[in-house]
Amino acid sequence: MSIYVNQDTKLVVQGITGSTAKFHTKLMKEYGTNIVAGVTPGKEGETVEGVPVYNTVAEAVQETGANASVIYVPAGVAADAILEATESKIELVICITEHIPIGDMIRVKRYLEGKDTVLIGPNCPGVITPDQCKIGIMPGYIHKKGHIGVVSRSGTLTYEAVHQLSELGMGQSTAVGIGGDPVNGTSFIDVLKKFNEDSDTHGVIMIGEIGGTQEEEAAKWIKENMKKPVAGFISGVTAPPGKRMGHAGAIISGGKGTAEEKIKVMKAAGIAIADTPSTMGETLVSLMKNRRS
Amino acid sequence: MNIHEYQGKELFRAYEIPVPRGQVAFSIDEAVSAAKELDSPVVVVKAQIHAGGRGKAGGVKIAKTTEEVRSFAKDLLGKTLVTHQTGEAGQVTQRLLVEEGVDIQKEYYAGLVLNRDTGRVSLMASKEGGMDIEDVAKSTPEKILYEEIDPLVGLTSFQGRRIAFGLGLGKKVVKQAVNLFQNLYKLYLETDASIIEINPLIITGEEKLIALDAKLNFDDNALYRQERIRSYRDESEEDPKELEAGKYDLSYIALDGNIGCMVNGAGLAMATMDIIKHYGGSPANFLDVGGSATTENVSNAFKILLSDENVNGVFVNIFGGIMKCDVIASGIVEALETVKMNVPLVVRLEGTNVDRGREILENSTAEVISAFSMDDGAQKIVEATKEFQ
Repeated sequence: MSIYVNQDTKLVVQGITGSTAKFHTKLMKEYGTNIVAGVTPGKEGETVEGVPVYNTVAEAVQETGANASVIYVPAGVAADAILEATESKIELVICITEHIPIGDMIRVKRYLEGKDTVLIGPNCPGVITPDQCKIGIMPGYIHKKGHIGVVSRSGTLTYEAVHQLSELGMGQSTAVGIGGDPVNGTSFIDVLKKFNEDSDTHGVIMIGEIGGTQEEEAAKWIKENMKKPVAGFISGVTAPPGKRMGHAGAIISGGKGTAEEKIKVMKAAGIAIADTPSTMGETLVSLMKNRRS
Repeated sequence: MNIHEYQGKELFRAYEIPVPRGQVAFSIDEAVSAAKELDSPVVVVKAQIHAGGRGKAGGVKIAKTTEEVRSFAKDLLGKTLVTHQTGEAGQVTQRLLVEEGVDIQKEYYAGLVLNRDTGRVSLMASKEGGMDIEDVAKSTPEKILYEEIDPLVGLTSFQGRRIAFGLGLGKKVVKQAVNLFQNLYKLYLETDASIIEINPLIITGEEKLIALDAKLNFDDNALYRQERIRSYRDESEEDPKELEAGKYDLSYIALDGNIGCMVNGAGLAMATMDIIKHYGGSPANFLDVGGSATTENVSNAFKILLSDENVNGVFVNIFGGIMKCDVIASGIVEALETVKMNVPLVVRLEGTNVDRGREILENSTAEVISAFSMDDGAQKIVEATKEFQ
């Protein structure tokens, strides 16, 4: 098993004729992802890497039975792309696009309420179940099939954690990047719930960063519900308050969202915190050994 | 993006939110003629900088004569104000707002801000006007009233009334308050604001509600569709290196250490700062080159890093996903052809197109210390920087 994506996932790529999308369509296909369609308005009839292009998501779904979508369109039209995929009953929408206006995401989040569609992102690296399905922009070669779940607000730190795990011989069940924006689709808790229920996941690495209180909420949930060992890392211990550190969501303001506070709450919830970003893998491995003995 | 108080009040006027009469002045003469035009018994001269705490720092003066306006304007223009938000270096005052004095009976606070827990905008208000709202939130959180706004219907009248009655406003003022709150939300929505604060929001002796201050911040991601807001940009308020970096779509923040960092991804960039500190070093900056940078952008990023005199070592930490390692490597090589590098350079490359990236560096004449992991790289740069000093 795994979460969100597997060999049965049929993917449609929104914005497939853009250069980034083309490049990653090729890489995803090479990895073995079943890409059944692409969408770019006005380019129906073309193909990209052998994938047929449609004008609308609805047509793509009707013709190919696509059940997941990945979005590479520019920021100004990304909210519309999410809405279109949702309206076309796509089960899982993964939005890679960064710099989407927050006002757009507020409306998108409201629209998604009560709908069956799950949105991951925006501003995220995507989701990968090693050897089965890679959706997004992560480098495939660092992953290894196995039993550790990874969830993170940061794309590159997800790669870092996965790479460390693979080098230690620990494969991954699924790695999920939930994105670095203040308003996003899927939260830490949503992903942790899935990992908790997934028989193939035996332990989890959770990577947070300064800003907001998502990590604190997740820690509370873990304390009360999580049956599996969790190791964590929070980036931004040395970040100055009031400065936005790249991600729209990464800012300490009003004394809220500091790394110290997050680490304190996470430790209290029984999460093993890595001292440095290069010991995330080791920290989980030793936690799992201790639990067993 | 931040704007000045006088610009915020211009926007308030456009959205029918009452503000005192006033005018911006760039010189002493302009300040004096603005005061004459106001023809008010009391005139307030306010320094315009992008930071709060101006009052305490001596940036707000009350004048009763034209001569006083002249002398305050002379004092303030060119003066460096140091507030809790400017940092030690302070910010030089280049613009003044000259405003009529108003009769303040009571002070309140009102603001709109994103509630990240719910993904919705909240209207906040408090009787503790004029105070730092963050202090109020800490010491007496029960004194802040909240209404969460459903984006589907906007801020409703009953929500506005609930806040107005909660503040204990008189019957005559409640209606003004509801209008003001709804206009404020309209402004927030239409300009892609991220924070709007009025502190203080006051009631005059004639029971008029007036916004005495205006603090507005806008979503950088939405500036492309906000022409008016873009025109309010005052580049002299920004760090020159951060400004230069912005031109190349780089996210750069100056810090006070000596190790320059170039990283892809905000999370990894912060973590790189953290690990440098962990090994006893001190980062000179946060720099996220992002995912779509070109060779030219990378090269410029490198030049910006080296333009910081405090930098005596550079750590490049890349884990390519959407960013390709060969683009980074070519950018570094290109930069080193035009700028002289006389400080140690540690490079760690991993991820998409890593082999091609490493090859480019190996075949160049650049003196590069290679690192095999983030940990290895951090230790190497901290050590190399110490030796260099």
